[in-house]
Amino acid sequence: MAVVVRMPALSPTMTEGTLAKWLKTEGETVSPGDIIAEVETDKAVMELETDEEGVLAKILVPEGTANVQVGAPIAVIADEGEEFDLDALLTENGGTAAVSETAPAEEAAQSTPAAEAPAAPAVHIAAPTPADEDDEDAYALNGAPDPARNLSITPPARSDPELPEGTEFVEQTVREALRDAMAEEMRRDERVFLMGEEVGEYQGAYKVSQGLLDEFGPKRVVDTPITEYGFAGLGIGAAFAGLRPIVEFMTFNFAMQAIDAIINSAAKQHYMSGGEVQVPIVFRGPNGAAARVAGQHSQDYSAWYAHIPGLKVVIPYTAADAKGLLKAAIRDPNPVIFLENEILYGHSFPVPQVEDWVLPIGRARIARAGTDVTIVSYGMGMHYAMQAADALEQEGISAEVIDLRSLRPLDMPSVIRSLKKTNRLITVEEAWPACSIGAEICRRVMAEAFDWLDAPVLTVNAKDVVMPYAANLEKMALPSVEEVVAAAKHVLYRD
Amino acid sequence: MVASKSGNKNGNPDTTSDAKEGYAARANHPPAFSKEEELRALRDMLLIRRFEEKAGQLYGMGHIGGFLHLYIGQEAVATGVFMARREQDDVITSYRCHAQELLAGADPKAVMAELTGRAAGVSKGKGGSMHMFHVAGHFWGGHGIVGAQVPLGTGLAFAAKYNGEDRACFTFFGEGAANQGQVYEAFNMAALWKLPVVYVIENNRYAMGTEIHRATAKAEELFMRGAAFGIPGEQVDGMDVRAVKDAAERALQHVLSGKGPFVLEMQTYRYRGHSMSDPAKYRSREEVQKMREERDPIEQVKRRLLEAGWATEDDIKAVDADVRKLVAEAADFATSAEQPPEEELWRDVYAEY
Repeated sequence: MAVVVRMPALSPTMTEGTLAKWLKTEGETVSPGDIIAEVETDKAVMELETDEEGVLAKILVPEGTANVQVGAPIAVIADEGEEFDLDALLTENGGTAAVSETAPAEEAAQSTPAAEAPAAPAVHIAAPTPADEDDEDAYALNGAPDPARNLSITPPARSDPELPEGTEFVEQTVREALRDAMAEEMRRDERVFLMGEEVGEYQGAYKVSQGLLDEFGPKRVVDTPITEYGFAGLGIGAAFAGLRPIVEFMTFNFAMQAIDAIINSAAKQHYMSGGEVQVPIVFRGPNGAAARVAGQHSQDYSAWYAHIPGLKVVIPYTAADAKGLLKAAIRDPNPVIFLENEILYGHSFPVPQVEDWVLPIGRARIARAGTDVTIVSYGMGMHYAMQAADALEQEGISAEVIDLRSLRPLDMPSVIRSLKKTNRLITVEEAWPACSIGAEICRRVMAEAFDWLDAPVLTVNAKDVVMPYAANLEKMALPSVEEVVAAAKHVLYRD
Repeated sequence: MVASKSGNKNGNPDTTSDAKEGYAARANHPPAFSKEEELRALRDMLLIRRFEEKAGQLYGMGHIGGFLHLYIGQEAVATGVFMARREQDDVITSYRCHAQELLAGADPKAVMAELTGRAAGVSKGKGGSMHMFHVAGHFWGGHGIVGAQVPLGTGLAFAAKYNGEDRACFTFFGEGAANQGQVYEAFNMAALWKLPVVYVIENNRYAMGTEIHRATAKAEELFMRGAAFGIPGEQVDGMDVRAVKDAAERALQHVLSGKGPFVLEMQTYRYRGHSMSDPAKYRSREEVQKMREERDPIEQVKRRLLEAGWATEDDIKAVDADVRKLVAEAADFATSAEQPPEEELWRDVYAEY
């Protein structure tokens, strides 16, 4: 049966080209895979291969013709000796105009029969939807997407579990709480294992995995070579197969070696597979500045990971949150970035002694109630925020401190609820200021609670410099209690 | 190419003189196929070729966008490996993934519909040519970052060993990816922990536009790439589906026996450009033509079937016609199926509990 050969699009942007050369003549036999012509675009000369079997019955566009539109008929391939009605063939196949007169690219694109015209890009302005007085509606079941705010995940409806009356609290370091969380989950689920540098025999570079090798053995506490890219990818592959890896980075500074695996291979996989592949994995380790380790060992990656759809990002401050959130992260079917802090490892906090302490990822915690100004912080930033709240109290200012605990999803309903009470907001974090979590909170507050602000939002961050080594400069580079106090007083117009 | 030695009486290759024990250059005499094997190979390879030709055509008509990396010329590699692998063995590969997707059992209609970005596509139209999966057939994609699938495949093998399962992973990557650092990080762990993974290097001689000698040290000996880790390797005529299946079977036995990974260097050739927008000016038309005429994997099978009297020209044409029909139906389906609904934009970013 006779078929019309059309001018092919050889790249996504090609609308027309020059039919440079015919490599077959009329009457010559062709088979699938034969190159029949050369097509020239402004970028390259391409070969036109046929998939048809038969005879090149008719050449419709002679070689050397320029501005041949994509989709235009250029030849007919028919069976040996077959007769056909050219006009009928072309009519039934749509259009005969082969050459655009003055090469108007737009016109050519419009008349391309096969290519769908791209719709005008939709400009989506996030609707200013101030949360209701009763903003529990703002929490979604299972952290569902919120297209109105252009977000793929929102905070879950579930809040912290209620503690039974008389629950005992025990002082524990963050380090011990993290170890207990891993041990409990490993006892509970055979699929959970820990891998990373020095997690086993050395008992953890920061002793977080102390005792785990003794209890679970080398099969489930796996010492790796110093190859972050390789073992992050290996852990992701194991998660594809249904295991629940906890990958420890000695510090998140070294995870930059593995960031392609974390983002391209873990975060995007569920979406790209149309929901077919799940990646239940936890990447954890200390993040941010330690002390006197200078530029390459002091970076805070919170905003980096919070930027990525497909990841959840958790950053606890207290030991109770570290335990409850790590257990939740291990059970989560998604890749979770769990950011710890070397300095906080040794800090003690009360941890509730309950059977199975699991906290919802994506819900903030009011660390201190207040009425005059809201201080939103997370991780090590809380260290400054809480001290600043004490200092402010001395001056008669009542600060409400919100510990975000999770950065993705971000619990904006809690922030906005507090803002509606205080009408003043500052943020505190150890990350750099540009494109930070504080900047993101400003974006959301502008769109969702602008009318509740009595002063511009201020952010307190690390200085926008590489972390210096010298003790005095390092201190200057990090946020301080004084800076937080000053920011709070500024938004209260009391400086 | 390394000078080929004649095979031993088992059809296994001898070791070359300059390679260490455990490393072998290609065998010229792989064990013969049965009639059924020849027919299966013919059909599988024709399906891949006709599917890819049709995909190229649909791309030219504007139905497929973005990158499209075709497998034409390399059919014997995936086909032979899939003939050797057992149902439970895992497979993972790069962005040149349509062949593995089809061989793992995905419906050609759904695969083509993924290429045209439709809701009925294997990834609901959200992955495209480079991101296809078929978990039911133990095929894990479809990965767009050169070399990234190598640690992932090693992790699949880690899980098999962790669970004590009788399962191995065939991890495909190109000779260009074979220079990626993460490949050697994975080799080290696979050898250290004796993981059941077969690394299948598809050496088609061109990493995009770079001929192998311009980018690769010891370009003739990719099968030796695991030597520093004690991983044995073998160079295979990747245009001969019998040689591929034979080598893959032996490699599979090796990795399942607890001896750790194995490297197979499949010497193959792609007829088309790296992707559709590649004019392939870095090699001569004569070179491509010579490969097609002398080494084509499908023609080899056809010739053997005719010589053995196992099939007539008409029988072979009938298989081709059958495959063409399947592919034409896939193309019709893929060009008429619905685009994903708008809600699909927001789905599958996160897995639910």
